[in-house]
Amino acid sequence: MRFDFNVDKSAKTATIVREFNASLPLVWDAFTKKEILDQWWAPKPFLSKTKVMDFRVGGRRFYAMVTPEGAERWSLQQYVSISPKTHFKMSNAFADKDENPELPGSEWDLTFSEDNGTTTVRVVIWNESLERMEKMIEFGFKEGMNATLNSLEQLLETLSHA
Amino acid sequence: MRRDIFQAIADPTRRAIITLIALQAMTPGAIAENFNTTRQAVSKHLRILTECELVKQEQQGREIYYSLDIDKMQEIDQWLEQFRKIWISRFSQLDEVLSTMKKLKK
Repeated sequence: MRFDFNVDKSAKTATIVREFNASLPLVWDAFTKKEILDQWWAPKPFLSKTKVMDFRVGGRRFYAMVTPEGAERWSLQQYVSISPKTHFKMSNAFADKDENPELPGSEWDLTFSEDNGTTTVRVVIWNESLERMEKMIEFGFKEGMNATLNSLEQLLETLSHA
Repeated sequence: MRRDIFQAIADPTRRAIITLIALQAMTPGAIAENFNTTRQAVSKHLRILTECELVKQEQQGREIYYSLDIDKMQEIDQWLEQFRKIWISRFSQLDEVLSTMKKLKK
């Protein structure tokens, strides 16, 4: 399945194109229903926890990425436009636990299309500041590294007791 | 002051300067000869690149030579690679979710 990842630093955009071996309605649901989103949104070992999701224009999704240690990093997404099963646009920003966004955030543009049972999703992320994008990764990367090191530590402990 | 490294390379003149000094260390005068701009403007770009630690300075006699800090450039690549990995991981999880959904529908 196709996977393209491009970052245009001068336009401050990241474009991700991915094909899925599933019909469009299924993929659309996976992106727009919180029960399904929470199953895949967070890259392992994180968990995605959606507190509120109201998928309509002007509606929002307030969710946290939860680290294996239980630390929560909240984000607020707001839906700017929706064309069912074709396209939706949202703003995305880190937030505190009371839903106060930390601006500037990013703008996300998602397009869906199906051809012969294969669904293509195109995600374009525009950042006000690339430093913010850097922060976003830094966070994920550091926590991810810690989680990996922690589980290694546990594994070594188990082995030493075995 | 910590500068935004990506802002530094977002400017076309600064990208051109990076390309030039990646090949060899150069003095500000020699760099300016390649551009249709003032030496002051080039100096300003070099200052920003220096503040971002993308370029190194080396004094040779009376001249200062600027060269590219390769390690710093690799940092940018590594950062992008992390970003790419997040999406790979996220989407491979979505593949699994979709295949489960398909089975449930049948």
